[in-house]
Amino acid sequence: MQESINHITELHESLPGDSLSDFSDRAFKDFNQLGIPKAKHEEWRYVKVSSLFRKDLTYPLHDSGLTIEDLQDHLLPDHDQATTIFFINGIYAPALSMVNHAQDELVLLPLSVAAASTEYADKVKSTLGQSTPYHPDGIHALNAAFSSKGIFIAVPPGKTLARPVYIYQVSDSRKGYTLSQPRTLVHVGAGSSIHLATTYATLGHESFTNEVTEVLVEKDASVYYYKIQDEGAKAHHVGTTSIRQIGKSLTNAVTISLSGGLVRNNLDMIMEAEYGESHMYGLYLLNGNTLVDNHTIVDNAKPHCLSNELYKGILDGHSTGVFNGKIFVRKDAQKTNAYQSNKNILLGDHATVNTKPQLEIFADDVKCSHGCTVGRPDDDALFYLRSRGISEKNARSLLLHAYAVDILDKIQLPALRAHVDELISERLEFNF
Amino acid sequence: MHMLSIKNLQAGLEDKPILKGINLEIKAGEVHAIMGPNGSGKSTLASVLAGRQNFEVTAGSVDFLGKDLLDMAPEERAREGIFLAFQYPVEIPGVSTTNFIKAAVNETRKHRGLEALDAVGFLKMMKEKMKLVQIDQSLLSRSLNEGFSGGEKKRNEIFQMAMLEPKLAILDETDSGLDIDALRIVANGVNQYRNKDNSFLLVTHYQRLLDYIVPDFVHVLYNGRIVKSGTKELALELEEKGYDFIKSEWALAGE
Amino acid sequence: MPEENEELLDQITSSEYKYGFVTDIESESAPKGLNENTIRFISAKKNEPDWMLEYRLKAYRHWLTMETPKWANVAFPPIDYQDIIYYSAPKQKITPNSLDEIDPELRLTFEKLGISLQEQKRLTGVAVDAVMDSVSVATTFKAELAELGIIFCSMSEAVHEHPELIRKHLGSVVPYTDNYFTALNSAVFSDGSFCYIPEGVRCPMELSTYFRINAANTGQFERTLIVAEAGSYVSYLEGCTAPMRDEHQLHAAVVEISAFEKSEVKYSTVQNWYPGNKEGIGGIYNFVTKRGICQGDHAKISWTQVETGSAITWKYPSVILKGDYSVGEFYSVAVTNNMQQADTGTKMIHIGKHTRSRIVSKGISAGKSNNSYRGLVQVGRNAVKARNFSQCDSLLLGDQCGAHTFPYIEVKNSSAIVEHEATTSKIGEDQIFYCNQRGIDTEAAVALIINGFAKEVMNQLPMEFAVEAQKLLAISLEGSVG
Repeated sequence: MQESINHITELHESLPGDSLSDFSDRAFKDFNQLGIPKAKHEEWRYVKVSSLFRKDLTYPLHDSGLTIEDLQDHLLPDHDQATTIFFINGIYAPALSMVNHAQDELVLLPLSVAAASTEYADKVKSTLGQSTPYHPDGIHALNAAFSSKGIFIAVPPGKTLARPVYIYQVSDSRKGYTLSQPRTLVHVGAGSSIHLATTYATLGHESFTNEVTEVLVEKDASVYYYKIQDEGAKAHHVGTTSIRQIGKSLTNAVTISLSGGLVRNNLDMIMEAEYGESHMYGLYLLNGNTLVDNHTIVDNAKPHCLSNELYKGILDGHSTGVFNGKIFVRKDAQKTNAYQSNKNILLGDHATVNTKPQLEIFADDVKCSHGCTVGRPDDDALFYLRSRGISEKNARSLLLHAYAVDILDKIQLPALRAHVDELISERLEFNF
Repeated sequence: MHMLSIKNLQAGLEDKPILKGINLEIKAGEVHAIMGPNGSGKSTLASVLAGRQNFEVTAGSVDFLGKDLLDMAPEERAREGIFLAFQYPVEIPGVSTTNFIKAAVNETRKHRGLEALDAVGFLKMMKEKMKLVQIDQSLLSRSLNEGFSGGEKKRNEIFQMAMLEPKLAILDETDSGLDIDALRIVANGVNQYRNKDNSFLLVTHYQRLLDYIVPDFVHVLYNGRIVKSGTKELALELEEKGYDFIKSEWALAGE
Repeated sequence: MPEENEELLDQITSSEYKYGFVTDIESESAPKGLNENTIRFISAKKNEPDWMLEYRLKAYRHWLTMETPKWANVAFPPIDYQDIIYYSAPKQKITPNSLDEIDPELRLTFEKLGISLQEQKRLTGVAVDAVMDSVSVATTFKAELAELGIIFCSMSEAVHEHPELIRKHLGSVVPYTDNYFTALNSAVFSDGSFCYIPEGVRCPMELSTYFRINAANTGQFERTLIVAEAGSYVSYLEGCTAPMRDEHQLHAAVVEISAFEKSEVKYSTVQNWYPGNKEGIGGIYNFVTKRGICQGDHAKISWTQVETGSAITWKYPSVILKGDYSVGEFYSVAVTNNMQQADTGTKMIHIGKHTRSRIVSKGISAGKSNNSYRGLVQVGRNAVKARNFSQCDSLLLGDQCGAHTFPYIEVKNSSAIVEHEATTSKIGEDQIFYCNQRGIDTEAAVALIINGFAKEVMNQLPMEFAVEAQKLLAISLEGSVG
C-alpha cells in the first residue's frame, strides 16, 4: 500500500497551484492524517478498500487521447440529445464533451475556472466540501486533494431542463491498473429542474474510480440523479454523491449497480430546509465476485421533511450486497417522516447479504420506520405462474424482473429506463 | 373415455395426513362437484392435482389422459390441460396481467405443437374471451391481481381459463367472496366454455354455485375421504340438512 | 406539547428510586485496586482449588492486553480500575447452617426488597439464591430441588461440590477472551448462581437469583452458569437493585447457558440497578455479557429482559443456534429516563439447519436519556432454511431524548428468510384524546399506552414477576407524559 501512496504524494506535490490549492492542500493533510480506512473502521467493515492501493496502481493525470469513436459502445441512449460531459481518468475532457443546452440554461466550467471567477466563486465555495463532515476518511479526502481537475455545473434560476445531462466517467486502463478521481459540483438554482445521469466505462484492465459529486439544491428546485454502474468485474469504485437541499425542494436519486469489483456508493441527502422531500432508490443485481456496498445518509435538520428510501438487491454467484442506511432526525426536525426499506433476494448458495438499516432520532414528533428482508422468490407466486404453464426458469425470471421493475420505474427518462431494462432483462434472461 | 382417474390418493402437509384415500373418475364432458365442510380436504385435493409442492403425496395414483399426473411439474400439468382457478389468486406486483397471460398461452401452445401467437393474434383472442367474463381491458394492463377486488380476481381466473383452453378445469371455491351478480358472470363464463370434450371439478362449500353451474355428479368429502356420491339432488339435500347429517351418518358407520 | 403535559411530565419523572437504602452491616473487603494479589486474595477467601485460580490469572493477564470497547452508543469517563474494591462480603456472626441462622440484618434487607429467604413465607413456586455484594447469602429450596437431581447453588459452592461440571462448562459459552468485561469478570468474579438440570427433568419451580450491591466503592462481578441437559426445562429469573450513591459503581457480570438436545431454558431479567439521579450523578454501570448456546437439536433458549435501572446499560443477551431446529428468542423492554444511557440488544447466530429466532425489542426513552437497540442476526452458509423475525420499536416521551436502532443483518444462505422491522413514534395526541374522551386522565392514558406498547414482552415474564415488572415500568417513567 505504501508504494502507491508515495506515488500519489509525489503527484500531489507536483500539482501546479490554482484557485483550489488551499482546499486541496488541506484535504491532503487530512488524507495523511486519516489514512486509508481499515476493516476495523465501522463504516468500512465490509469493504476492504485498502486492498485497492496496490503497488501497480498508477494515477495518470494527463489526457490519454481517447476519441469519441473509442467510446461508441459505452454511450447512453439519446446521447446526441443530451449535454454530455466526459471525464477521462477523472480529468474533465472538454474536447469530447458537448453542451446541448442554451447558454442561459446551463453553465459548464472547469472547477478551477469557476472557483476563480467573480460570478461563480461564491457558489463553488458554498458547495465544495459539503460532503466532507459526513465522510471523515482518507479516501474521501484523497479525492478532494485532487479536485482541481473537476467541473462545475450551474443551472440558473427558473430553468426546467427538458434534456438530460449525461456524465461519462471513463477509465482508460489499457496500459494497466489506474486510479481516477473525478469531482463534480452542481448548483441548481431556485425553481429549476435537472435530470443528471452518470455512467461509467473501463477500457482495458483494472480500474479504481474514487468519485465525489456535490449538488446544492435551492428553493423549489428539483433534481433527478441517476447513477448507472455496469463497467465489468475489474472496475472498482468508491463514490460519494452528496445532495444538499437549502430550500424546500425535491430530490430523487436512483442508483443501479449491475457489475463491478469492489463498489462503494455513498449517497447523502442533507435536508437543511423545511418541507423538503427526497427519494432514494437503488437496485443491485450482482453475480461473480462483485461486492456492492450502498451507504446512504439522510440527515433531517429541519421540520416537516419527508424522505423515502427503497433499495433492492438480487444476489447470485459469490457476490456480496451491503446496505447501510442511516437516518438522522435532529432535535429541531419535528414532524419528520422518514421511511427506509431494503429488500434482498439471495439466489446462489455462495452469495452474501449484509444489511444495517439505522435510525438515530432526537425529536419526538416523528414517524420513522425501516425494514429489511432477506429471502428468496415467493413460492406461492412461483406456483401460480407454473400452474399456468410457465416453466420454472421463466417463472423465476418473470418474478425477478417484476421485483426489479419497482426501481426501474423511478427512472424518469424513458430512454434511460428502457436501456437499463434491457441490461437487466438480459441478465435475468427475461424475454417476455 | 376417462379423463381423470384418481385411485386411493393420500396426501398431507408436514406429516399431517389430509387426504386419506380419494377415489374419483371423471369422464370427458362431465362436471363434478366436490362438497364438504371446512377442513375436509377439498382445497388440498385441488392443490395436489395442480402440483403444489408443499403437499406430500404418500400413496395412490392419478392418471390424466393416460399419463401419470403426479410425475409432472406444475407447468407440465398446466400444458397438458389442467387448470386450477385459485381460491386466493396470488398478487404479483410488477408483472403485467397481459404479458403474463401471453407467456402462459404461448408456452402452452408450444407444448401442443402450435405456433406462438403474435401480438395481433393474441389481442384478437383476448378480445373474444374478455366478453365471456365481462372483464375490462384496463384490468388486464395492471399488475397481476394487484389491488384487484375479490370479484375481479375471480373473473381474471375464469378469463385465464378461457385463454388457456384446458381439458380439465378445477375451480377451487370460486364462488367464495362473490356477490350474486359476480357469481352469475363467473358461472356464465364457465357454462359457455363447457362442452363435450372438457370437464370440470368444482370445489365448493355451498350449494349456491351449483344453481348456476349444474353438475352431473356431486361428491361429499369428509375427513379426507369421499363419503357419499350422487347427483345434483345430493347437493340440495346437503343444503337442507347441513353437513352435520354427514358427520353423524359417518359417526354411526364407526369412524 | 401543551404546558400542562410538561408539568405532568416533570412530576412523573421526579419519582424516587425505591430501593436506594443502605444496609448497615459490617463487611469484609479486599483492599482497593486490581493486581494479581487481589485475585489471589479472592481465590484464597473462597478456598478455591488451583485450577480455578489459574483460570482467573489467565483471564487477568489477558485483560491487561485489552482495551475498553468504544463502539457502543454510550459515553462515560474512563473507569479507574484501581479505585474499585473487588471483593466485599457482609460479615455474618456465625456461618449459617440453615436458612434460619442467617443474620437478621441481611434477612431484613432482602425482605425490604420483597425477597423472603424463609421458605415457608415464599411463594412455593420460586427458589432463590440471594447474593449481596460479592457473596451468596442464602439459597432456598435446595433440598427439594436436589431430590430431582437439580443442582441450584452459589457458584462458590459449585466450585467445591461439582468441580467436574464447572470445569467442563465454565467459560465454554463465553470464553474469558470474549471481550474486555468478560476477561475482567473471569479474573475477579466473586459469586453467582449455578444451576444444573439433569436429563429429562422439568424443573418444577422458578429458579431465581437476586443481586444486591450494598457496600460503597465496590464492583459486583457475578457469574451465572446454567446447564440444561437433554430434554430438560428450566425457567430462571434474576433481579437486581443497589443503594443510591453519588459515585458510579461497576457491575460486570457474565451469564452462560448451555442447552442440550430438546431442552428449554427461559431466562428472565428484571434489572433495576440504581440509575443515578436526575442530573446523572451516581448510578450503576451495567456491563454484562449474556450468551446461550443451543448445543443440541430442537433446543430452545429464550431471553426476556425488563431494563429500567442503571446509569449505563451495555448488554446483548445472545443465542448461538448450533443444533438443527433450535430456537432463540429475545424479548426486551428497555426504559431510559433522565440521564440514563442504554445500548442493548441481542445476537442471534444461526449455524444449524432450520434454526429460528425472534427478536422483539421495545425501547422507551424519556428525559434526556439515550436508548439504543443494537442487534446482530447472522445466518451462516449452512444454516439451511433459517428464519428470523425482528421487531424493534421505539417510543419517545419528550423532545430531549434520543432513540437509536443499529441492526446488523448478515446472511449467507439463500434459503434463509430474515425480516427486520423498526418504527419510532411518540404517543399520539389522538390516542390520549381518545382515552380522555372515555374518562381516562392523561397520566393513566400514558401508562395504559406504554403498557400496551410493552405488552408483547411483558407477556413473556413468569406470572409472579409480570405484575412487579409492570409496576416498575410505570415508576421508572413516572412524570414522562408527552
